[in-house]
Amino acid sequence: MTGAATPGQPPTAGARAGAGGAAAARDRGPGRPAGALRPALALLRKDLLLERRAPESVPAMVLFTCTTFVLFHFGLGRNAVEGSLAAGVLLVTLLLAAILGINRLFVAEQAEGGFDAVLLAPIDRTAVFVAKAAALLVFLVLVELVAVPAFALLLLEGSIWRSLPGLVAVLALLDVGLAVVGAVVSALAIRTRARDLIVPMVALPLLVPALIGAARAAAPLLATGGASWPSARWLLVLGLYDLVFGLLAYAVFDFLLED
Amino acid sequence: MDAPPAIELRGVSRRYGERLALADVSVTVPAGATLVVFGPNGAGKSTLLRVLATLLRPHGGATVVLGEPLPARQWAVRGRVGLLAHDALLYRDLSARENLRFHARLHGVPERRVEELLDRVELRGRADDPVRTLSRGLLQRVAVCRAVLHDPPLLLLDEPRANLDPAAAALIEPLIGRASGRTRVITSHDPAGGLAEADLALGLRGGRVALRAPAAEIDVRAVEELYA
Repeated sequence: MTGAATPGQPPTAGARAGAGGAAAARDRGPGRPAGALRPALALLRKDLLLERRAPESVPAMVLFTCTTFVLFHFGLGRNAVEGSLAAGVLLVTLLLAAILGINRLFVAEQAEGGFDAVLLAPIDRTAVFVAKAAALLVFLVLVELVAVPAFALLLLEGSIWRSLPGLVAVLALLDVGLAVVGAVVSALAIRTRARDLIVPMVALPLLVPALIGAARAAAPLLATGGASWPSARWLLVLGLYDLVFGLLAYAVFDFLLED
Repeated sequence: MDAPPAIELRGVSRRYGERLALADVSVTVPAGATLVVFGPNGAGKSTLLRVLATLLRPHGGATVVLGEPLPARQWAVRGRVGLLAHDALLYRDLSARENLRFHARLHGVPERRVEELLDRVELRGRADDPVRTLSRGLLQRVAVCRAVLHDPPLLLLDEPRANLDPAAAALIEPLIGRASGRTRVITSHDPAGGLAEADLALGLRGGRVALRAPAAEIDVRAVEELYA
């Protein structure tokens, strides 16, 4: 995102500050443009409150994840998996559960009609991106608090405690990538009639590099007698993925919310 | 020197795909004046409000709102417009107070303003109920509070008194009525009532201007003909 205002696009705070004294004076009145942090926190708080008040996304994601582990447990015909197979089962299941959350990320805004009022607020649209990505991140963490123990119970043979810190690091980096890409894809899909189709079709290919990085990082952790910490190389790949897609999302998100 | 107009539209158009929702609409609204827009369903009234609110981009012509050309400087208009749309633009699972506090945070308005408005529309007793449990009339009162929360100089009101009984209409009158001192664009299906409130009247039919004149110069029958 550049500092200059392109036609029709909200400029950054820096560009606004340079837009002239009159505009700046107007902006300081009631309804002045706010920075991204305060509105992002307000939006995040609202999203979490709505999910707490009428739980939809998290229960659906948890139920999907646990059911899928049960299906793998019986479908694979074995009591335990390990190594790359275990990493694949865990991470693909979490990825597909994330698709459910991504699908619903903007639904409350559209269904309840409140989003037009949000778009009329003098806020940097980046705040909406930050809030939606943060909300999805919280949802994913809540799901994993149930999913990882369920996975260990149903599909792992040995104890997971030794590799748990490493697995948490891998999941944290994967979750950031899922949240960033998910917020962008959800904003894109909400403008279309085929939201349920667009989300997996767009998000899954974009998330393949993150899945590869996470699976390679997690496989040694889930191997019998394996490592207790993932290789730095794959953690770096995940970190770079998060950084690159975070910057891309920051750059394009304003355009996705415009008419 | 005369104050610049609050709204200046010259040949504005807007399409939805192939369908022309607004075509060559021109009108100038002085600051502090009230424009009432008449027209049958599908005439383009709500589209016009959404263009003025920056929620839709005009596809042709020149649109200047509060001195800012749209869409080039639409960010400078946001936060200075209050929109009361057909939908309440509220989150149904949040209470009236939670909805208003949320919007207060977005607009940088102190939360005491929320309590002041809840008092003014006599909603304190139901302020903590989810808005999905409120009647349409009570919901409209909350929506009015949301629209004026940030004290905007321009109000865009889509049939603002629909669903309100006379007592409730009287409650919101100081907030959105002429006495509020704001520039107002109001859509109405009530020719006599609308003309009584208007400084200027605009009639739309099929997205085109069918009537445009100072309200004092218009016979109510001319407005009624729009619906014929």
